[in-house]
Amino acid sequence: MSDAKKKKKKPEGPNKLKIKERMKLPRQDMPAQNPSDRVKNFNEVPYGLNDEQAFQEALRCLECPNQPCVDGCPVEVDIPGFIRLILEKDVAGAARKIKETNSLPAICGRVCPQEEQCEIVCVIGKKGKPVAIGYLERYVADYEREHKLVQLPKIAPPTGRKVAIVGSGPAGLTVAGDLIKLGHAVTIFEALHKPGGVLVYGIPEFRLPKSIVQAECDFMADMGVEFQNSTVIGKMDTIDELFEMGYDAIFIGTGAGLPRFMGIEGENLIGIYSANEYLTRSNLMRAFDPDEYDTPIIRGKNVAVLGGGNTAMDSVRTGLRLGAENAHIVYRRSEIEMPARIEEVHHAKEEGVQFHLLTNPIKFIGDDQNRVKAMECLKMELGEPDDSGRRRPVPIKGSNYIIKTDLVVVAIGNASNPLIPQTTPGLDCNKWGNIIVNDETMQTSRKGVYAGGDIVTGGATVILAAGAGKKAARAMHKYLMEEVKR
Amino acid sequence: MPKVVDNKQIGPMVWKMLVNVPRLVSKAKAGQFVILRINEHGERVPMSIAGLDKEKGLLTIIYQVVGKTSALMTTVQAGENISDCVGPLGIPSHVEKWGTACVVGGGIGIAPIYPIAQAYKDAGNKVITIIGARSKDLLLYEEEHKAVADELFICTDDGSYGHHGFVTDPLKKLLDDGVPIGMIMTVGPVPMMKFLSSMTRKYNVPTWVSLNPLMIDGTGMCGGCRVQVGDETKFACVDGPDFDGHLVDFDLLTSRLGAYREQEHKAMKHFLGDPGCRLAESVKKFKYPEEQAGTK
Ligand SMILES: Cc1cc2nc3c(=O)[nH]c(=O)nc-3n(C[C@H](O)[C@H](O)[C@H](O)COP(=O)(O)OP(=O)(O)OC[C@H]3O[C@@H](n4cnc5c(N)ncnc54)[C@H](O)[C@@H]3O)c2cc1C
Ligand SMILES: Cc1cc2nc3c(=O)[nH]c(=O)nc-3n(C[C@H](O)[C@H](O)[C@H](O)COP(=O)(O)OP(=O)(O)OC[C@H]3O[C@@H](n4cnc5c(N)ncnc54)[C@H](O)[C@@H]3O)c2cc1C
Ligand code: SF4
Ligand code: FES
Repeated sequence: MSDAKKKKKKPEGPNKLKIKERMKLPRQDMPAQNPSDRVKNFNEVPYGLNDEQAFQEALRCLECPNQPCVDGCPVEVDIPGFIRLILEKDVAGAARKIKETNSLPAICGRVCPQEEQCEIVCVIGKKGKPVAIGYLERYVADYEREHKLVQLPKIAPPTGRKVAIVGSGPAGLTVAGDLIKLGHAVTIFEALHKPGGVLVYGIPEFRLPKSIVQAECDFMADMGVEFQNSTVIGKMDTIDELFEMGYDAIFIGTGAGLPRFMGIEGENLIGIYSANEYLTRSNLMRAFDPDEYDTPIIRGKNVAVLGGGNTAMDSVRTGLRLGAENAHIVYRRSEIEMPARIEEVHHAKEEGVQFHLLTNPIKFIGDDQNRVKAMECLKMELGEPDDSGRRRPVPIKGSNYIIKTDLVVVAIGNASNPLIPQTTPGLDCNKWGNIIVNDETMQTSRKGVYAGGDIVTGGATVILAAGAGKKAARAMHKYLMEEVKR
Repeated sequence: MPKVVDNKQIGPMVWKMLVNVPRLVSKAKAGQFVILRINEHGERVPMSIAGLDKEKGLLTIIYQVVGKTSALMTTVQAGENISDCVGPLGIPSHVEKWGTACVVGGGIGIAPIYPIAQAYKDAGNKVITIIGARSKDLLLYEEEHKAVADELFICTDDGSYGHHGFVTDPLKKLLDDGVPIGMIMTVGPVPMMKFLSSMTRKYNVPTWVSLNPLMIDGTGMCGGCRVQVGDETKFACVDGPDFDGHLVDFDLLTSRLGAYREQEHKAMKHFLGDPGCRLAESVKKFKYPEEQAGTK
């Protein structure tokens, strides 16, 4: 009888360890460049797990029957499923498993806020540290790419339907990938000269190497997606003209690309950038490498970045790498309210970034050449909760002080770009300029026009944009097959 | 990749480039601009539309060598491709029937003001054109303007051709004489646009200027092109490039244009010194204005 009991308890999959044994395994640390070296270069900070580390980490998964991690993932990646394949030494299979629901695992494994999605609900994390799902996701995607195991999926026979996608960020790329597989002809129109959206112009090389984004776009092209870069929809062609050109359905994934400024005195001085401009100069135009690239960038000695999100962390860490002696984050709330990923705040601290919390700038001060030289700030304290549920910062009277700075980066968020709404009659937007869609189908107020990603939600995350793309692709396929006659 | 079908020198340090971009040309209107990137390592440079051949799909760009990228542009041979040409960008110049309209072009601005003059004319306006340059050899597009303008005034700073003086002289005379000008549109160097706008203010005639701040994307994404217009901050690439000259803070624009002077000069020096750079001899002799002053 005791024998039979034992047998029952024995796990069936490739993981022969007992639950208790798995719980004892330590979480693998991600090897990374040390802080004093990495602030001098733009290379990626974490190196990634090696095969042995990945295997050891995969052994920690408890294979819980109710799979809370899958529910935690916005696109419901079969997490225990891909982890099991790592243990079966079918790493490429693991990558394919993730790609069933998330086409961009090499990217998401690097930039997803796993600590608030899949890992936060991980059962083993209640007692110790959660399974490093993000590290494993990155590992399998990198393994597949580096070992050249990426297979072109089967493409359905041509349906004769044509789809136009506006914007090549994660939302647009996801729609393109899904619809091309179903046999539709897909063209992506991108305003910039390189596809990828924020993944290429915003997120820095040291967090997401551009070669990885390029590989994803190349893969799309190999599947047959046509890229028309340097094409601004709303200027070159309008949405209605795209229909006239023979496109049967259109997806708008133009992101949240209009930078907000503080609206305070002196904001147009030289040396005050929006985060978009600063990061675009450094990432897309590669101004960090002046021997090779022509676009200039101001290299401040005392860099002050306003804001507490990922964009602010990316900016301040870029500032350090461009030679800043002092790099400051100036944020009007306290650390708990900072929207940036914990990992990024941690990296910034390790690199020596100085945090000025509960601090708000009220004025920029320039020199005789209109270059910023200082910033006047006010100390804040937290009051009652506001609409966002976070406690509202209120200024402390008379607490004014000066921060010396020769480069300010304003990273307080983006609004949506009005170019397409302005030129598309009948496209409904809310009062913030975000396109209104049906939550299930992502269809807009215009027939055959779908939208998703930051243009709908306001600045959010890569995986939410990709998830919206998945939903839209499903509905667009149905629309194309049922309502578009050929 | 867009093909350059012609690229030749038409004046001291001034070139004319024709780019084959039929789709862009079919959509473009006077007053708009494009952004070019010459090669994969290059900057994105904004250039005004100085002519549109809708039949052949050709875009005309008139450019002056002022630094590395414009110097690099001169090395593109007819038949070669450049990396990108995105556009049309910006809002087309506002056109209506005012009765009489005046266009004023200074220096390199003489070229982009020409399609605007044409658009005014097509809308049924009497067009008075005033063009000016430092000297006769820097004067462009005289024939083109002659063909469109109902009245044409030519000015040179040194008196080598036409009226000896600034473009504001004939304009002031017209206004003093009570000519009923409904609109004055100006493209030219910032000091000229500033001076002209302050001159016309007391006559209360609408005066618009085409601004040229530094830009990157040209789609409203970076805010690098911001200009101060009245008490508002505007993004010139999407809200402009045309603005009410009576409200523009020209001094701020001038200082912002100098934001990268040191880095630009270094890049240019380096480029001119590169033996492999295929530059014409005349371009190799390039000097910055302050250096020219120094050598005299
Ligand atoms: C600096 C920074 C760091 C971030 N870090 C993270 C992170 O660590 N993790 C995370 O999950 N998220 C992060 N985000 C957020 C994430 O990048 C976005 O939520 C996501 O990229 C949105 O995807 P999207 O497809 O909606 O749009 P985008 O990525 O914004 O792409 C939109 C594309 O559309 C193009 N476009 C716009 N208008 C037009 C037009 N009229 N015609 C043609 N093309 C047009 C744009 O040029 C752009 O390429 C970060 C964002 C920034 C700015
Ligand atoms: C909307 C717009 C339309 C333009 N149209 C034309 C055009 O039709 N023909 C033309 O020759 N130029 C035009 N320009 C200016 C042109 O973009 C710049 O001359 C060019 O970017 C200079 O690059 P560079 O590397 O050669 O010089 P840089 O080394 O970058 O600059 C050299 C000097 O030129 C000045 N400069 C740089 N950029 C600009 C600028 N955007 N505007 C004015 N001065 C600048 C700088 O202050 C610097 O002192 C336009 C600019 C804008 C924004
Ligand atoms: S996509 Fe993001 S949330 Fe989903 S499993 Fe991967 S890392 Fe976790
Ligand atoms: S050039 Fe970037 S917003 Fe105008």
